[in-house]
Formats: sequence, structure tokens, C-alpha cells
Amino acid sequence: MKVVTKVIKGQYHDSVSLMLAARAIKESAGVADAAVVMGTEANKALLRQAGLLTREAAKASADDLVISVKAEKGGESILERADDFLAKKSVQSGEEGVSTPQSVREAKQRYPGANVAVISVAGAYAPREAREALAAGLHVLLFSDNVSMQDEIALKRFAVEEGLLMMGPGAGTAILNGIGLGFANAVPSGPVGIVSAAGTGLQEVSCLLAKGGVGISQAIGIGGRDFSARVGGLMAKAGLEALIADEATELIILISKPADATVTAKLVEKLQGGNKPAILCTLGAARKEKQEGSIYFTRTLEECAQTAIRLMGKDIPDYETYRKESSQNLIELAGKLRKDLSGSQKYIRGLYSGGTLCYEAQVIWAEMLSKPVYSNAPLDKEFTLPAGEGHPFHTAIDMGEEEYTVGRPHPMIDNDLRSRFIISAGQDASTAVIVLDVVLGFGVHPDPGAELASAVKQARKASQDAGRALHVVASITGTERDPQSLSGTEESLKQAGVIICSSNARAARLAGFLVNENTGKSEAA
Amino acid sequence: MKEKRASRFYGQEIEAVNVGLEGMADALESQGVEVSRVDWKPPKNAVPNLVYTREGINIEAANCEAVRRIMISGAVLTGMGIAKDVIPGMHERMILHAGPPVEWARMCGPTRGAVMGALIYEGLAADADEAETLAASGAFEFDPCHHHQTVGPMAGIVSPGMPVFIVENREFNLRAFATMNEGLGKVLRYGGMGEEVYTRLRWMEDVLYPNLARALETIPDGIDLKSMIAQALHMGDECHNRNRAGTSLFMRAIAPALIRVQTDKEDTARIFEFINGNDHFFLNLSMPAAKAMLMPAKGIEGSTIVTVMARNGTEFGLRLAGIPDAWFTAPAGVVEGLFLPGFSEADANPDIGDSTITETAGFGGFAMAAAPAITQFVGGTPELAVRITQEMYAITQSEHKDFTIPHLNFRGTPLGIDVRRVLETGLLPRINTGIAHKDPGIGMVGAGMLYAPEKCFADAFSAFEKKFCK
Repeated sequence: MKVVTKVIKGQYHDSVSLMLAARAIKESAGVADAAVVMGTEANKALLRQAGLLTREAAKASADDLVISVKAEKGGESILERADDFLAKKSVQSGEEGVSTPQSVREAKQRYPGANVAVISVAGAYAPREAREALAAGLHVLLFSDNVSMQDEIALKRFAVEEGLLMMGPGAGTAILNGIGLGFANAVPSGPVGIVSAAGTGLQEVSCLLAKGGVGISQAIGIGGRDFSARVGGLMAKAGLEALIADEATELIILISKPADATVTAKLVEKLQGGNKPAILCTLGAARKEKQEGSIYFTRTLEECAQTAIRLMGKDIPDYETYRKESSQNLIELAGKLRKDLSGSQKYIRGLYSGGTLCYEAQVIWAEMLSKPVYSNAPLDKEFTLPAGEGHPFHTAIDMGEEEYTVGRPHPMIDNDLRSRFIISAGQDASTAVIVLDVVLGFGVHPDPGAELASAVKQARKASQDAGRALHVVASITGTERDPQSLSGTEESLKQAGVIICSSNARAARLAGFLVNENTGKSEAA
Repeated sequence: MKEKRASRFYGQEIEAVNVGLEGMADALESQGVEVSRVDWKPPKNAVPNLVYTREGINIEAANCEAVRRIMISGAVLTGMGIAKDVIPGMHERMILHAGPPVEWARMCGPTRGAVMGALIYEGLAADADEAETLAASGAFEFDPCHHHQTVGPMAGIVSPGMPVFIVENREFNLRAFATMNEGLGKVLRYGGMGEEVYTRLRWMEDVLYPNLARALETIPDGIDLKSMIAQALHMGDECHNRNRAGTSLFMRAIAPALIRVQTDKEDTARIFEFINGNDHFFLNLSMPAAKAMLMPAKGIEGSTIVTVMARNGTEFGLRLAGIPDAWFTAPAGVVEGLFLPGFSEADANPDIGDSTITETAGFGGFAMAAAPAITQFVGGTPELAVRITQEMYAITQSEHKDFTIPHLNFRGTPLGIDVRRVLETGLLPRINTGIAHKDPGIGMVGAGMLYAPEKCFADAFSAFEKKFCK
């Protein structure tokens, strides 16, 4: 084995480009390992650990791009082709032609019509970029995580003073004037306005509404911490004000995980003063009255969407009726599927790319299963998932959490790791059912259906070879107009033997019925 | 009044700026959205993101206020006077110098030369030896020009008997002062000593000053220097190292009044010859104009805008709007540039003078793009000039509404150096400047460019963080 390195002076690429390039190089024939990183001290330490730090790489500075390849032979020729792996789409600033702007302010100066900044640089640098964008009068979608609470509060305060939206940090999705920012679906425009502290929650609800024939006016993501006591719902309040003022918005939806009670009360008060009906979707909130005046309280994304569709005058049954009817169908289906399983196959293996979807599933399972579900993002810290695999209990993994995204792209962009987990769950004799979310839309993987289908086929084959059946249940968060197409994705997954449910909640419920002998408890969810 | 409601985007076509993952920009473009992709690079320093002070002052807003005040300020030459009579706090035993405070023992060669020269000129010492003894004796108080609303190029020496211009900022009822420019070559401000220096200074005091002063008295509104700077920027000056257009404009404005008040034709002709023979005559007007416009930004709570950059040949110093009484200093830098025949870098004194007040006020080196002709003088190219100006936008709060650059499609000059942005970007203010000989008594030896020292900005940032944020 030989390690060869190429250092390109002063060339910067974003982290996803680098990770995808590294992956492409690793897939080349004869390559044992490869890294494509900026030459920061931290990255050089990683190279050293991986045995990829050559003398040349050690000399690189933080502004330099380092490509290291470990291969039996042919490493040099791969380095020569390094540029092919790193096709950069932006116009290079060069001698001729128009150079690209070097900063947000410069971009705004050159394009005075710009009104939104989408920021996804590393968390350490993100607050500064967001501040500059706000100072330049731009609304901000801040995708980046790892931004301090103090920075978040300062930025949101600043935005409120300037009358701007500070969506995030950690905001994956927004739809402004019909345009999706970040990960968003091609949903029709319509009368429902959404403020969401949960990115995939926003996607799931907007897609369920689209399936029900109801469109979106505006959808404002605010990041998961907005409802905390410290941030105090700063941007939720601003978002609600914007929606209350919007003539096109007839119904307002506010989505979050369980929130600070004072903050929630304040927001409810805001909504009550708004003269528009509103639905609060607080995932897993304690049960309470379903309605106070024109404000409706819901506990799952599905319930929220169904309630909204009904309020918008569509002729569908109320949620309780709907849930009972649909559960009946699911129980029958689960009964049939259970017959294929052997005695050892007891557990759910939830593998999620969307954090909110993972959360919603757990909310549903917590009420219908007699045994707890362990997760890396659990409802209750008591059920934190320990390391390892083949656990003798139900598991639900949010693969968008930090422990799975360090050094690799988010699972909505790249299903590599999730595919491996699927295959591994298929080899696990205790797996009864794998549950997946498949999120479509702008910004996500161009064909997640095909990637996941291929992994599912392998997993099912491995399971079959071991004499077991393996059930895979999935829901697709998407619409027909999404770049990946809902029906196309559904088709490729079905061909791989995946059972498709029409919502994330239904997929969770089907899996729940499948593993739960005592189906009587199911009525709760 | 700007609409301050988040809902103002309704009905607008979404146009985006993307910073970070290219996939985010691709996703927008696939929806037909115009996306400007920022060619983002991680900044050199990851410094704390200062948005609010502990007391809740919005720093950006404080800086906007600082820049607003600078921008709405005017600068009008309204008259002249003798330093000790008109400069606040000036007295018979005080000598002002450029840059941050410096005592005699630490003064550089040119400053010492200029101090000694000034003492001889004032008639307080007979020769250089006597002057040196007197200067070192402690009989005189040395104080920065900037402590007295005054600015001086190079050594910046102002002695009590020197005539000075009075420049008024009428918007804020403030005044700034500067001596008259002596010209190039062997001159006091470069530490030049000798009979020719004193003779010139005496003529300036006896002939130039009274005539200009009387002429100005007949111009009731004064001469609008701000407007003159704006015009000069359109005529190839950056009003720091090139003042040819500004000087010509000044001649045009003062000529009729000067002719009316003066009966001696020969004196009139000599005055015109003197001004015409000194392309830097206007520098001593653009500098107090800059000072007058910057003064109202001093003391704005929570502002990270630089109000003074100045050098005394030993140290570079800067002052911050939010911490008005402190100087943040570092050793003065070495100027890279071109040298007059017979001189080299070995002869050069470190960076010196208050003239960096022009960059601080949004012209000078920051308006290099307006002055392609200057670039050769300081050892650059017109392309470099454009690049320097464009670079400075990254560290300034705003763009000047009155000072514009034709070549940049009349874009406003970069205005209001923000210490936060200097630290965050790692870009330092660019200065272009003359070079003084390191020994007293010789004078100018070249001109060139350099960066302001990073340490001053880092110290100012830390002090601000400590005072307002921690």
C-alpha cells in the first residue's frame, strides 16, 4: 500500500463536495482509503489517524485543499484526475469574465434584488455570515447547526428589529412565495401558512396537505430551539405576525416538538389575537382539549394535516374517525405480514433521515407498544440507544443527528450509511420490520428511491438466505411535482418489496401493529 | 422610512444569495430562482460574533449611526488663525505631533527634526543643538494633534505660532485644524531643517497666511471642502497622495477673493505660484475636512467604527468610536514603495503622519480606484488600485453617499472601518503614503503602500469585547 498526496494551494470547496469527492475516489478500483479535506489542523489530525498524512499533506495550510489516496497502485493517476471528482459549479473568479462575489454584502451590492440568503457554512462561521446577510437586508435561512444559543438569540433579535426572517440555525426548510429554500417539496400554493420548528415536520405536513388537495401560502422554518425558554419563540412570533398579516393565509399551522410552556402560551395568545383559525402541532404533547376557540391542538404531523384539510373544507372524516378506519386496514395488513415472521423476529428497526419523522414515529409507538423504543434522539432520555447493533429491543435511529453526519453528508443528500444500516438490520435475526422515511424535494438526493431499493434488495436477500422473511415499510414525503417524482420513487421501492404507506404516521402504525401482539392498545395513538 | 415588517417579502420575486453548500444553490436554480453564489472561504480568524452589547445596544445600529453622522457632516474652510489662539487646549509651551502620544525619547528622526525645526522657526532656539536640548528638557508639552481637533501630515508638528486652517463641520458645530502644506522636498513635516525651510515657513506666515485669511473673510459661506473632495475624486485624486485636482479646484475657488483683497501684484503672483507649485497644498485641507467629518462619530456607545488612524513614525495608533479616549497602538510599519534617486529602503523611516485620517473618512487609499495615476507613484498598477478599493468594502460599514468613484459605476467609497469586520475577514486597511528619511533634517525619500498593523485592530476588538460584551 502506498499513500500519495496532492496539495492544491488556496482552493476552497464546501464540505459536501469534499465528502462526495472522497467517496467517489474511494470507489475507484484499487483504492483502499482516501480523504479530500481542507488542510486545517483538525483535518490533518484526522489524516494522521487514518494513516493518510504524508509529509506534503502535513505542510498544507487551512486554505489548501489536500487529497490523499491510499492504494496498491494507480494512486498517482487518481490524483491527476482529482479535478474530475471536484467539479465546482460556481464560476471561478479568474482573469476574464465576471468573478463571483466574495461575500454576502458584495453579492447584495451586485444583485440589489436579492432578498434571501441561504447559509450552510460550518457552525463556527455561520453567525457572522448570517449577521452580514441581515445587515444587508436579506432574510436568512440558516441551515447550519452547532451555532451557540447566544448567537442564535442575538441574530433573531437583530432580525426582529430589522423586520427580517432569521430562519434557523438548524432550519432545513422554508417555502417563501412558492419557492422552496433548503430541503423543500414542490407543493401547490394555497391558503395554509406554516411556521415550523421542525424541518421535516414542515415537509411532511406540506406534502400531506398537497395529497389532500390543499396548498401552502408561506412556510417559515425557524430552527428547533426557537421554542426554548431562552430564545423565547422570537422567530415563531415574527413568523406568526407575518402570516397573520398575509391576505393569502386563511389557516395557520405552528409545528414544534414539546416546547417551553410559557413560550407556547405566548404564541397561542398571539394566534388568538390573529382572527384566523390555527392548528398547533406539538409532537407528543400531553393530551388536552382538542380545541379552544378557533385554535386546534394536535399531537402528530398526520393529525395536524388531516385537521387542516378538513378545516379547509375538504370532505374528509374527522381525525378520530379517520384514524380508526385506517387502523382497521393496517391491523388486517399487519396480521397477514406477521404470519411470515419467525419467532426470533420481534423488533422494529426504524432508520430515519428526517429527525421530526423519527420523533413522530416514536410518539406513535410510545402509545401503541408495550415495550419502549430506544433511540439516539429519544422522547425520554431513559431510552437512549446504546452503541452497537442487534439490540434486543425496538430501535429508531435519527441518522441526521450529529453522530452520523460528522465527516459525511446528511442522509437526505446521501444514503450511503443508511444503506449499510439497512443491510445490517436485514442480517439481524431479531429484526421484524425495517421502517424508513424517504424524503423527496429540492436539495435532497436526486433518486433516493433507487439507492434505498438497492439496499433493501440486499437486506431481503440476506434475510431470505438465512431462512427469514424481512418486512420493510416506508413512507414517502414528497409530491408528484418533486424532482424525484413521488410515483417513480414509490415504484422503485415497491419493486424491491417495500410496503409503502401514505404517511410517516401510518408507516409507524403498521410497523407497530406488526410487532405488537396486543393490538388492543393501538387505539390510543 | 424603511418598512420594518418581515412580511415585506410578500409578492416579491425571490432572489437568493447562497453561502455554503452548492447543492442549496442548485436546488434554488432548479426552481428558476436567480442565485448569486458567494465564493466563500473560511475567514482567517474565528472571532466572537459581536451583535449586541451587554446593555442591549445593537452594534450594527450603533455603527450605522456613526457612519450616518460622518456622511451627513460637511466640511467648510471658514477662516484661518494662529495655532495658540484658535486650537483648543493649545498654549505657548505646547507642540503638537502626528499619531498616538509619544515622548521625546521615543520620537523618530523626522519627528525630532520637525520639533527642533519648529523651535528654531519659533525663535526659541538658535540652532539644532540648542533646539535638541530644549526639546529634551521637558520645558515643552508634546501632545498628539488628535487630542486638539487637529491633524498634521508626516511629523505633523504644530507649534504655537503657526498659522492654521479652520475647517467647520456646521452640521455638528465642530471645528478641525491643520497647518498649511509647505510643498515637497526639504520641508519641516518630513523633519527637514535648514534656512530654506525656515525662510519658506516665515514667508507662509508673513505673506501667504494673512492674504489667504483676508480672502477667506470675503467669502461669507466659506469654501466647501467636502464638495471639493467629491469633485477631486472624479478628477483622478484620492486626496491623500494625489491632490493635484483638489489643489487646482482650491485655486479656482480662492482666486477672485485673493485678487480683490491684495494690492501687491507680485505677492499675489507668488501665492499662486506657491500653491500651483505644490500639488499637495490641498492635502492640508482634505485632512482637516476628514477630521471634521469623523469627529461626530466619537463616543457613540457600542460602535466598533474606527474614528482615527494615525502614526507618529514610532507607533501606529487607532481610536474607536465606542472607546473614545483610548489609543490602540502597534509599532509603525515599514512602507514598501519607490524611492527617490539616491535613497533606498535603508533610509526609510517607519510609517508616519495623521494623513491616514483620509482613509478613515472613506477616501485616500480607500478611493485608490478613483486615482489610477497615483498607482505608479506608490508602486502599483491601475488594476491593483481597483482591487484595493474593492477589498476595503469588506471591512467597512457602508459606502459614502457623497464620495463616488466613476470607474466603479459611481459606487460610493468604502466608509467606516469596522473593527469587527477587519478581524473577521483578516483584511487590513490599505494605506498609501509618502516615506520620510529616518534621520532628522533630510525630508521625503519616496512613497509607497502598506497595511495598517493587525495588532491595533485585535487589541481594539478585545478591548471593545471586554468593555461592552463580556
